[in-house]
Amino acid sequence: MNWLWSNLDLVGELMLVHLALSVPAIILSFVVSVPIGWLAHRYRWSRGVLLSICGLLYAIPSLALFIALPAFTGLSLRSPVNLVIALTLYGIAVIVRTSADAFDSVERDIRQSATAVGYSSAGRFWGVELPLAGPVLLSGLRVVIVSTVSLATVGAVIGVQSLGSLFTDGFQRGIQVEIITGIVATIVLALGLDALSVLLGRLLMPWTRRGSRNGRAAAARRIREESA
Amino acid sequence: MIEFRGVAKQFPDGTVAVHDVDIVIPPRKTTVLVGSSGSGKTTLLRMINRMVDPTAGQVLIDGTDVATVDPVKLRRGIGYVMQNSGLLPHRKVIDNVATVPLLRGESRRAAHAHALELLDTVGLDRSLADRYPAQLSGGQQQRVGVARGLAVDPNILLMDEPFGAVDPIVRAELQQELLRLQGELGKTVVFVTHDIDEAFLLGDQVVIMQQGGLISQAASPAEILAHPADAFVADFVGADRGKRALHVTEVDGRRVVVDADGRAAGVLAP
Repeated sequence: MNWLWSNLDLVGELMLVHLALSVPAIILSFVVSVPIGWLAHRYRWSRGVLLSICGLLYAIPSLALFIALPAFTGLSLRSPVNLVIALTLYGIAVIVRTSADAFDSVERDIRQSATAVGYSSAGRFWGVELPLAGPVLLSGLRVVIVSTVSLATVGAVIGVQSLGSLFTDGFQRGIQVEIITGIVATIVLALGLDALSVLLGRLLMPWTRRGSRNGRAAAARRIREESA
Repeated sequence: MIEFRGVAKQFPDGTVAVHDVDIVIPPRKTTVLVGSSGSGKTTLLRMINRMVDPTAGQVLIDGTDVATVDPVKLRRGIGYVMQNSGLLPHRKVIDNVATVPLLRGESRRAAHAHALELLDTVGLDRSLADRYPAQLSGGQQQRVGVARGLAVDPNILLMDEPFGAVDPIVRAELQQELLRLQGELGKTVVFVTHDIDEAFLLGDQVVIMQQGGLISQAASPAEILAHPADAFVADFVGADRGKRALHVTEVDGRRVVVDADGRAAGVLAP
């Protein structure tokens, strides 16, 4: 335990570095996969191709991808940007199918009614389809958060600092507490980001919150009013 | 006035939904399109706001071919009420009612103030304004749908089986409410239903359609009952049976009207 008390600063710093690697990757994979998911939903013929290609990304071994990426990006092997790109690609692979499902989950009646009252295509996407796809998109985002935070540790093997450095360092120097600290800190980070995303979802999608909390009360009220 | 001139619709798979329709929908009256499923009544309705474009012929509103009007702009000027209300589940009642004015760029404050008035118009309590649609009963949701349809004070109100999904008691209530509203507002209402009773109750003009998008008869309810155009219409409206085939019998010196099954329907007023 002594190791931990004398290295709290290092752990804190690595947590921040780890955040700086995973948060951009999480946001990027979300932002990229939403339009891909929408295309797969909108144009049926593209669905199989898009989802298969994105899904295949996940089959690339991570170490191989880390080493191959600099050849495309021109960056050094140890650049954190390479890692962020790799994590983004994996994130896309994880979320893109959910993203297509999210748009599928918007009821046809509601889309038609939005069109009928005069939404333009773009207005309908931003004002109706995207928010209503929100709950399913959030469930996909939560998986990406956990998988990205965990996968970012692999960067330590190629020399990009992260909480994973605690694994490699602890392993080389035989400090068990360091390894355990790395694992716990990674999990804490993942759970923290997950909780944050749920909170954000509640703020941005108040109708789902009311629906679940007051669902029963609303149903009871409905029955009373209907019979009155 | 809405006019259909030689309008047809054939879907890419070859199905003919509407077959060469000519009809005039008079202004400030309620016209009901009635028929069983597959009769093309909803397709015909949706041609008015270009949710469906005809494959032949023209649809004219006050002499202007709708094909020449931008669909989004056209739809923002026509009220639309559909089955299951079609409300946006993520918007509060007040924002749902204000949808179209907000799309048109009205200020939020003005749109909301007007939306509250519309809740009064359709007989809903203003306290419902901050609820989400899922927190309302089916009948209340349908009223919100009507309020949304009226929000830009359109000349034309399209209603696509609006009361099809509510129970019979609420439906009867909503029908009376629509008659009251129409008496006050005098819109050009085009109403789609498969229920002939509803059609006769609400329609100034009733258009009876049969499979394949053919119009069998377009006339007032009384004319249709008096002179059904053909056997299909007579059968569809049930002119020769049940509660429509009434006759008079004398009971203790008063003339009582009974239906085909012999059940008393009322007395003849002197």
